[in-house]
Amino acid sequence: MKSCHYSCGSQEHLLARRNFLGGLAGGAGAAMLGGLGSLVHPATAAELVRDQKRMLVVRMAGGLSQLESWDPKPGTSTGGPFRAIPTSVPGIHLSELLPHTAKQMHHLALLRGINTHESDHGKGNHKMLTGRKRMEGVSWPEIGAVVAKGLDEGELTLPGHVKISPGGTGGRSSDSAYLGPKYASMSIGGDKPLANSARPSDLKENAAARRDEFRCMLNDRFALRRRTAETDAYTQSFEQAEELVKRREVFDLSKESEKDRERYGAHDFGRHCLLARRLLENGISFVQVTHSNYDTHNENFNFHFEQLGEFDKPFATLVADIAARGMLDSTLIVVLTEFGRTPNINKYYGRDHWGKAWSICIGGAKVARGAVFGKTNEKGTEVTEGEVDAGHLFHTYLSALGIRSTKSFEIGGRKVPMADPAFGPIGEILT
Amino acid sequence: MKSDPKQAHLAREFKHDAPLINCRFDPTGKFVVATAEDRAVVRWNLEAESGEKLIFPKAHDSWARGIAFSKDGGTLITSGYDDTLIWWPVAAAKPEPIRKVKAHAGWIRTISVSPDGELLASAGNDRVVKLWKTADGTLVRQMEGHERDVYSTYFHPDGQWLLSGDLKGKVHQWEVATGKLVQTFDGKALNTYNGGQQVDYGGVRGIDLSADKKHLACAGLHKATNPLGAVSQPLFLRFEWETRKLIRSHVTEGVEGIGWGAIFHPEGYLIGCAGGKSGAFLLFWNAEEDKAFHKFKLPGTAREFDLHPDGIRVATAHFEKKLTITKLVAKAEEKKGEPGAA
Repeated sequence: MKSCHYSCGSQEHLLARRNFLGGLAGGAGAAMLGGLGSLVHPATAAELVRDQKRMLVVRMAGGLSQLESWDPKPGTSTGGPFRAIPTSVPGIHLSELLPHTAKQMHHLALLRGINTHESDHGKGNHKMLTGRKRMEGVSWPEIGAVVAKGLDEGELTLPGHVKISPGGTGGRSSDSAYLGPKYASMSIGGDKPLANSARPSDLKENAAARRDEFRCMLNDRFALRRRTAETDAYTQSFEQAEELVKRREVFDLSKESEKDRERYGAHDFGRHCLLARRLLENGISFVQVTHSNYDTHNENFNFHFEQLGEFDKPFATLVADIAARGMLDSTLIVVLTEFGRTPNINKYYGRDHWGKAWSICIGGAKVARGAVFGKTNEKGTEVTEGEVDAGHLFHTYLSALGIRSTKSFEIGGRKVPMADPAFGPIGEILT
Repeated sequence: MKSDPKQAHLAREFKHDAPLINCRFDPTGKFVVATAEDRAVVRWNLEAESGEKLIFPKAHDSWARGIAFSKDGGTLITSGYDDTLIWWPVAAAKPEPIRKVKAHAGWIRTISVSPDGELLASAGNDRVVKLWKTADGTLVRQMEGHERDVYSTYFHPDGQWLLSGDLKGKVHQWEVATGKLVQTFDGKALNTYNGGQQVDYGGVRGIDLSADKKHLACAGLHKATNPLGAVSQPLFLRFEWETRKLIRSHVTEGVEGIGWGAIFHPEGYLIGCAGGKSGAFLLFWNAEEDKAFHKFKLPGTAREFDLHPDGIRVATAHFEKKLTITKLVAKAEEKKGEPGAA
C-alpha cells in the first residue's frame, strides 16, 4: 500500500530524524511541532539507533505497600506479619511475598527514600507519571509520551506509547499533552486481537489501495496550502493506524508459544507481561502494564498476599527474559505506584495512604545493577538518607535511557523543559 | 448458671502493648490466651485478681494466629504466619517451647484439636489441610482439595469428621480416619469477587456445630461493595448438618464489617462476633429467625472471640491493645468476690 508522499519523504520528515540524532539543533527543526532539538547526547545517538532503547513501567495501582515489597521491616511494630528474604544480591532483602523477584535482584535496583509529599490517588499518580505537581489548567505529558518522543528516531510508525490493562480496547488517550496525539498512549487489553485492526472482508485489497491513493492525493494537495499541526496530527494518526493494521500480529498474544504462556501464568497480569515482552521486542518504545489493586485500607496483608502472589512470578519471568535476550542494557524497567502505605497498621489490618517514605524498584538500561539508594528509619516512618521526589525520578528515567532530561521541547516556538528543572537525575543510581 | 445474653455486660479488661489478634480459653477455664501484633503469645490467669499477665518468650517469627489446647488443658499449641506450630506448657511459670514444627508452606491461619485430644488439624495459605499427632507433632496425613486459602477448621464432636472452610466459601467435610473428602457445604455467599478492585474477599472465618449436632454455622461477610475500603456486612450461615441445606442467613442490621467467628452456646442459641466500621458487637440468634434477637456493643474493634467453658464469659481480642471479658448474665447474678466482678 502506498503511503502519502509528504509524510514518507518530505524534507520535514528527514529533518526530524536528523534533529533527533543531534545533527541539527534549532533551525528548520525547531519550527516543527514539538521539534526535538538536541535532546540526546551526540555520543549516544548511534547507540540509541543500534540498541533501540525502551522503557517498561509496571504500575501498581492503588498504592503498593513498601513494607510488603521493597522495604520490609520485619519484627517491628509497623512491620506486619511478613518476613524478609534474601535476594540474589547479598545484603538486600525483600518481602517474602516476592520470592521470584528476589532471584532477579541482580538485574534490578531499589530507591527506598521516596518522599512525594502526596497521599491523594489522582495527584500521586499525576506526580509519579509526569514528574510534576498537578496544577489547574496545566497539562504535562506522562513519562510514556516523553519517552516515546525522546526515543522517536523519526521512523516511529507503530504507536510508541502503549498501556496494557484489563479491558483495554485500542483507544487513544490524551496523556501526551502538548506532545500531540502521535505520542498519546494506546490502551490495549491483550486478551483478544486489536479491535477493528483487520481490513473488512468485503473491502478488496486493490480497492483499499485505490482508496488510499485517493486519500493521499487529497491530503497532499491540501497540505500544500493549508498544512497545520492538526493536519499533521491527523496524518500521523492515520499512518500509525495503517502500520498497526499491517503489523497487527505484534499485538497478537496467540503468536507466543504455549510454553511461554504457561511460564507467565494464565491470568490477566501474566498475559500482560508476556504481551509487554512481545511489544518491547518489536520496537515499541514504552510499554506500561497496570496491576490492580493495592489500595488496601482493609486487610492489607491478605490482599497483598493475593496481589503480589499474582505479580511476582510473571514480573520476575519478564525481567529474566529481558536479560536473557540481551535487552537489559537497552530496556529501563520501573515498578512504580502512586504512593506507599502507612507504616501504622489500622484497626482493619489495613494500611492507608503514605507519600512520605516509600520505595520503587528500577532496573536495566543505565541503572546500576543490584544497587540500593535511600533509606528509611527502623519503623519506615521517615526517610533518613537519600530522599528523592517524583521530579528526581522523572529525570532519572530519562537519563537512564540516554535522553538529556535537562533539555527542552520546542513547543510552538517556546521552550518547555522535558522534566521539572527544579530537580535532576539521581546520579548515585546511574552508571 | 443459666445465661441471659440480653443482660450481657463488660466484666473485665486485660491490657497488652500491641493490638491483639486472637484469643482462646483453656479447657479448664483457668486461663485465657491471646496473640498479638508484636508476635507475642500472652496468658492471663482468670482466677487471679490482677490477671497475672504472662508473656511467653517470642518464638514465632511472625504473628501467631491459631490457638488450641490439648484436651486436658496442659498443653497450648500456637500456629503462626511463619509456617510453624509451637507446643507450650500452658501453666508453666516460665514457659519455653516444647516443640516447633515447620508445618506448612505459608501462613497457618487455623488450628483445631480433635474431641479425643489425639489429633491437631492445621491449614492456611498453602491450601493443604494437615493432621498431626498432638502428643508428638508427627504428621498423620494431609488432605488436598481446597482451591484457595483455608481460613478455618473444626472437628465434629464425634471425631469422625473434620471441616475446613476456605476463601471461596467452600466447607469441605473430610473423613478423619482416611483423609477422604466426603462432601462440601456451599457457603459461596461468604465470598465476594470485586471486579472493579480485582480482589477476592471474604472466606469462612469460623465454623461451629450446635450442641444437638443438627446445625452447622459459618461466619464471614457479604455485600462487600468496597473490600479494600472495609465496606461489607457480616453474615452467618446456618446449614442443616444432615442435608447440607442452607436454612438461615443470619444478618446483622446496623452492623458493618466481618463476622470473625461463630459459636453455638450449649443452651442452643448462636453467638457471633462481628465488627468493622460500625464498631464491634456480640450477636445472638435463635434458629427460628434470620435476625438477631439481641446484639451487644463492645468497646473498640473486636477481632476474635471465645466462649468460656462456664457458658457465661466471653473473651474478645481487640485492636485497642486489650482483651475484654463480657458476661452473659445480669450483674446481680455474679458471684460476690469473683475476680473482676463488675
